[in-house]
Amino acid sequence: MSRSHRSVIPGFGLSLGLTLTYLSLIVLLPLSAAFIKTLGMSWDDFWTAVASPRVVASYRISFLASLAAASVNCVFGLVVAWVLVRYPFPGRRIVDALVDLPFALPTAVAGIALTALYAPNGWIGALVAPYGVKIAFTEIGIFIALTFIGLPFVVRTLQPIIEELEPEFEEASASLGANRWQTLRRVIFPQLVPALLTGFAMAFARALGEYGSVVFISGNMPMRTEITPLLIITKLEQYDYAGATAIAVVMLGASFLMLLVINLLQKWSRRHHAV
Amino acid sequence: MSILARNLTKTFGAYTALADVSLEIPTGKLVALLGPSGSGKTTLLRIIAGLEFADPGSGRIDFHGADVTDVPAGKRGVGFVFQHYALFKHMTVAENIAFGLTVRPRRERPDRAAIDARVKELLKLIQLDDLGARYPAQLSGGQRQRIALARALAVQPKVLLLDEPFGALDARVRKELRRWLRHFQREIGVTTLFVTHDQEEALELADEVIVMNNAKIEQVGTPQEVYDRPASPFVIEFLGNVNRFATKAHPLPGAGSDVLYVRPHDVDILREYHGEHGVRVRVQHVFSAGNTGRVALVREDNGDAIDAELSRVRLAELHLVAGDEAWVVFRHIRLFPAGAFTERDVATEDATPAVADPGQGI
Repeated sequence: MSRSHRSVIPGFGLSLGLTLTYLSLIVLLPLSAAFIKTLGMSWDDFWTAVASPRVVASYRISFLASLAAASVNCVFGLVVAWVLVRYPFPGRRIVDALVDLPFALPTAVAGIALTALYAPNGWIGALVAPYGVKIAFTEIGIFIALTFIGLPFVVRTLQPIIEELEPEFEEASASLGANRWQTLRRVIFPQLVPALLTGFAMAFARALGEYGSVVFISGNMPMRTEITPLLIITKLEQYDYAGATAIAVVMLGASFLMLLVINLLQKWSRRHHAV
Repeated sequence: MSILARNLTKTFGAYTALADVSLEIPTGKLVALLGPSGSGKTTLLRIIAGLEFADPGSGRIDFHGADVTDVPAGKRGVGFVFQHYALFKHMTVAENIAFGLTVRPRRERPDRAAIDARVKELLKLIQLDDLGARYPAQLSGGQRQRIALARALAVQPKVLLLDEPFGALDARVRKELRRWLRHFQREIGVTTLFVTHDQEEALELADEVIVMNNAKIEQVGTPQEVYDRPASPFVIEFLGNVNRFATKAHPLPGAGSDVLYVRPHDVDILREYHGEHGVRVRVQHVFSAGNTGRVALVREDNGDAIDAELSRVRLAELHLVAGDEAWVVFRHIRLFPAGAFTERDVATEDATPAVADPGQGI
C-alpha cells in the first residue's frame, strides 16, 4: 500500500495481527486440539463413541430442550424487551437489572435454586405433584433450566433494536388505517426479525453447552435426561479422553452448522435493509 | 372549507408549541405552512393529521364540515407523507403502495386484482411504472418520496399532508420534484397542506402561504400577498433577504426607533444622482457570478451595510469595483413601528402597517 493511500486510522496491520493471534489462542487452538485428539481414533472407535444409543439419546434431549427453550425465550424475551423499552413503569430499572441475573449467577446456584423450587417437595413442584406432574428430574426440568439461562440473550439483543425503531414507521402505518395489531405484525415485527434470530442463536448455543444449572435439575437418567455435556464430563471422569473429545467434535460440528444456518437466515432477512 | 381548525393549543410541559391557532384550508388548494424550526408548523400538521392531539379541551378540527377532533389518524382519511419517507423497508414498492388497502377489514378490502390495478395506476401516476418489484433501499431519494406520496394517495385521502417533503433531497432533485408536485396536485386536485422552512419553496409552490412564528400564525395569503404586503417585521425578514435600518428615534420616550425595510432588488445603484432621496454609499464587494448581480455597500453617513441586487446587464453597465463611491435610491420601502417588535400582535391586528409609498426615498 503506498503511503498516499493509507487509511486515516492507524494500526491496521497491528490490530489485525493481534486479532488473529488472540482468536487463535483463545478459540481456534482449543477447538483444533479437540479435533486432533479425535484423529488418533480409528473410524470404528469414533463411530462407537459418538453413535452409541446412550449418546444419541443425549443429543436428542440436548438439542430438543435447547431448541424449545430458545424458542420460548424468543416469544417471552420479545415481550420483556418491548415492555422494558416502551412502557415506563415504577421499578423498571430493577426489572431491567433482573434480566441480567441469569448471566451473573453461577450456574450451579441457579441449578440448585431451580431444583429446590421444582422438586416434588419444592414450592412449585409440590403444587403440580398431586396431578401426577413431575418437573424436576424430567425433560421439563431441563427445559426450564435452559430457558432460565437463555432469557438475557434474547432480551439484550432486542432492546437496542426496539429503542432505535423509528416512530415514523408506526405513524405511517397508523395513518394508512392499520390497526395496532396490523402495525405490530406487518411493520414492527419484520424489523425485529434479524435481532430475534441473533438472540435465538445465542440462547440456543448457550443452552447446548449449558452444564451447571442442568445437572442438578435433570436427574441425569441415562437415555432420558442425560444431556450431552454431562456425558462428556462422565467420559472424562472415566479417563476416556478420546471418547469425550469425539462427542465434543460432534457437538462442535452441529453447533457450527446451526449458527451458520442462522447467520444465513439473518442475512436473508436483512437483504432489503441496506440503504 | 376542506380543513377548518379552531383555537388549537398544544403544550409540551412548559413549552408552548401552538398558542390558540385557527386556520382554514380551501378545498383543492395547495397550501404551505411556512416558518422557522420551532415555530409550531410541524405540530400543527401532525394535529391536523391526527398523529398528535391538541391539549384537552382546546380547539376543534373539521374536515369538510365533519368534526374529526377526536378521530385517530387512520380514520380521518388523511394521507401523510414524512420527511424521511418512512417507507417500509421489508416490503416492495408495490407492497408499500398497497399497504393502506391491504390493512382494511375484510369486508371493505378490494380484491387482489383491484388492489394490483390501483397500485399499477398509482405507479403510472408517479411515473415509476417499472419499479413495483423493487425495494425502497434500491431507489433514489426522489423516487422514494414519490412512492411515499403514492402510498398516501392509495387510500384516496380527503386531504394530503406533507411534512417537509423535500427536506432530505439535494437541491437539484428538490427543484425537479417541486415542479412535479405542483403539476401533480393540479391534476388530482386533492387538498394539500405541506410544511416547509424554505420560503422559496413556499412562494413557488403554494396557492396560499401560512406564515408561522412562535406558536402563532403571523400571516395568511397568496405568495404575492405575503411577499409584497408582509404583515409584520417577522414576515418580511423571513421571506427572503432584506435590508433593515433603524430610523429616527420614536417620539414616545423609551419606545425605541422605527424600522425600515428595503428588499435588495428594490435598491437601485447610480453613478450620478442629483435628487434629494439618494444615499451616498461606498462599494465593498461585487458578486458578479450567479443569476443576478449582487453588490455589498456601506452607507457613508452611518456605516450601515446595504445589499443590492440588480440584473447582470445593469451591473455590467455600472462598472463597479470595490472602493467606488456611488448613490443608491430605494424604489420601495416598508416601515414598521417600533411596537411591532416588542408586541407581536400590533402588526397582525392592524392589517396595514405603516407602509411608505413605492418610489419614495428617505
